[in-house]
Amino acid sequence: MEAASGRRIRVLVAKLGLDAHDRGAKVVARAYRDAGFEVIYTGLYQRPEAVAAAAIQEDVDVVAVSSLAGAHGVLIPQLIQLLREQGVDDVLILAGGIIPEDEVPALLEAGVSRVFGPGSDLEEIIEYTRENVKR
Amino acid sequence: MKPEDRAAELFARLRSGDRRALARAITWIENGAEEATALLRLVYPLTGRAHVVGITGPPGAGKSTLVDRLASEQRARGRTVAIVAVDPTSPFSGGAILGDRIRMQRTLTDPGVFMRSLAARGHLGGLSPATGEVVSVLDAFGFDVILVETVGTGQSEVEIMALAHTTCVVVVPGLGDEIQAIKAGILEIGDVFVCNKADRDGADRTVNEIEMMLDLGHMGQPGINRWPAEPAEGGGAQSPAAGAALPPGADAALRRLDRTGHHSAADLARAAGYMTRAAVHAAERHGTANPGDISWRPPVLKTVAKDGQGVEAVVDRLDEHLTFLRETGRWEARREKDAALRLQELVGQRAARATLDRARAAGDLELLVRQVAERRLDPYTAADEILRNHWGR
Ligand code: B12
Ligand SMILES: Nc1nc2c(ncn2[C@@H]2O[C@H](COP(=O)(O)OP(=O)(O)OP(=O)(O)O)[C@@H](O)[C@H]2O)c(=O)[nH]1
Ligand SMILES: [Mg+2]
Repeated sequence: MEAASGRRIRVLVAKLGLDAHDRGAKVVARAYRDAGFEVIYTGLYQRPEAVAAAAIQEDVDVVAVSSLAGAHGVLIPQLIQLLREQGVDDVLILAGGIIPEDEVPALLEAGVSRVFGPGSDLEEIIEYTRENVKR
Repeated sequence: MKPEDRAAELFARLRSGDRRALARAITWIENGAEEATALLRLVYPLTGRAHVVGITGPPGAGKSTLVDRLASEQRARGRTVAIVAVDPTSPFSGGAILGDRIRMQRTLTDPGVFMRSLAARGHLGGLSPATGEVVSVLDAFGFDVILVETVGTGQSEVEIMALAHTTCVVVVPGLGDEIQAIKAGILEIGDVFVCNKADRDGADRTVNEIEMMLDLGHMGQPGINRWPAEPAEGGGAQSPAAGAALPPGADAALRRLDRTGHHSAADLARAAGYMTRAAVHAAERHGTANPGDISWRPPVLKTVAKDGQGVEAVVDRLDEHLTFLRETGRWEARREKDAALRLQELVGQRAARATLDRARAAGDLELLVRQVAERRLDPYTAADEILRNHWGR
């Protein structure tokens, strides 16, 4: 404690449900690490309850959900609901992967800040995250 | 709000069992935030209860998988568990991918378990610089057991030994190298040895090699040994009385040297001296076989962490080691030693900082640095001068 160390942005990269596509999640995790962030990766097949618990215990600034199997419409709002119930309101929520245009507004409505689709520029993701962390 | 007030507020939440407050406290500590010292002051009186267990070993040995199982078994015994897992920080970006949580799936949503990943943040020792203070907060929060997983490289061995009450060294069969690592110092720090991945070939050989090396430095059966006050009749080299004449291991080493035939008296003395230093450490940590003493012989266990095999026996031994620490007064002695070390460290850091700050403010520091750089003054004299003029004012 006596030595100053300074703060690092901490990101939880999460995969929810039965979705087995982890390439995108790993690409994004690595990009965050290379940008100097600390990344906690949940691994595949997580329940929203487990992701919410991890977000709280790890005290992350960002929860980044990667979804390519179509369950985002249900699982991401569930996760956000669980976080809110436990009083978490200062975490930036991002989503990415295969999320059809017309499902984006519902996610934004639920509390996701931005959705990044296939081919998203990694630098733009980093840039956006840096500028929008809430604390 | 002042940092002290924010600390007091968070402390109140901690005391009410708020896990979000706990998570935030750890963040403050990691970041060296202004509030952290104030919080640690408040937290300190509540510390000193938890059994801190270190888990160390080479990368990929199965430490996280084992920790997950140990946590489940501790829960089954009615204890609450905190887990701290340290992973390396990238030296290039300062970022990190903290992957230990992936293996800790069994207890994720259990309210009796709290898990936090820490990045080493440029610290080479295998623990993060904040690990000790993070453990303090978890201890104060009331967890019965705190499991600390190290990075598994570098100097982590020594650091984890200083932090944990009980150190569990995890190895795997068939590495070959691992025996080298054991010779290089792991053997001295382990209180419990686990050969994980026992489903693989070579586990028995690895166990035997560790057992043989432990036999050089320890007497008795794995676990606690209570040596009788009077030595048994006619005991040979194995009797406690024989062990008492020389430090454990020294006689065996001397006998081995003796067999090689080519050595001088000086060699022998050096060998005895070397063994004595190692033996003094072993005796302090694990006791001796002197009449009436209680000693600890580290057990060597086999596990298949991915299936949970052998995990109950590991927890049994961790418990037994705790009993050993308490029964022999080592638990208490340890508190005393830790307190002394911590004070020494803090006074050193603070005195140095305050003295240098004053010297800097007076303009002396800059001046002296230049003189030293230009070889007009040696650094020892310069340091004396700074201390004479700016220390303790
Ligand atoms: C590779 C692949 C697989 C591999 C996955 C390997 C792995 N370990 O990941 C395998 C073969 C296992 C697989 C299986 C299946 N797949 Co598939 N698969 C793909 C494929 C071809 C590429 C995905 C990929 O890896 N892209 C590369 C990465 C780097 O890109 P990305 O994930 O999109 O990530 C980028 C952005 O989206 C963004 N991003 C992603 N996540 C996040 C998160 C955050 C927070 C942020 C900020 C950004 C971000 O950043 C990244 C960089 O730009 C896609 C088609 C496609 N073109 O996307 C289909 C696709 C995703 N699969 C599909 C399907 C249907 C399946 C299967 C059901 C097929 C089957 N019938 O068996 C199974 C399902 C398995 C399961 N349980 O989930 C469909 C999904 C349809 C849907 N969601 O409605 C797709 C879209 C193909 C299609 N057009 O039908 N698949
Ligand atoms: N065969 C076998 N594999 C195991 C066993 N225990 C763990 N593993 C596997 O070993 C790999 C590494 O396990 P981890 O628990 O991540 O090892 P670790 O020591 O924590 O690794 P680092 O933290 O990266 O140093 C994983 O693929 C585990 O599934 C076991 O008993 N037998
Ligand atoms: Mg690990």
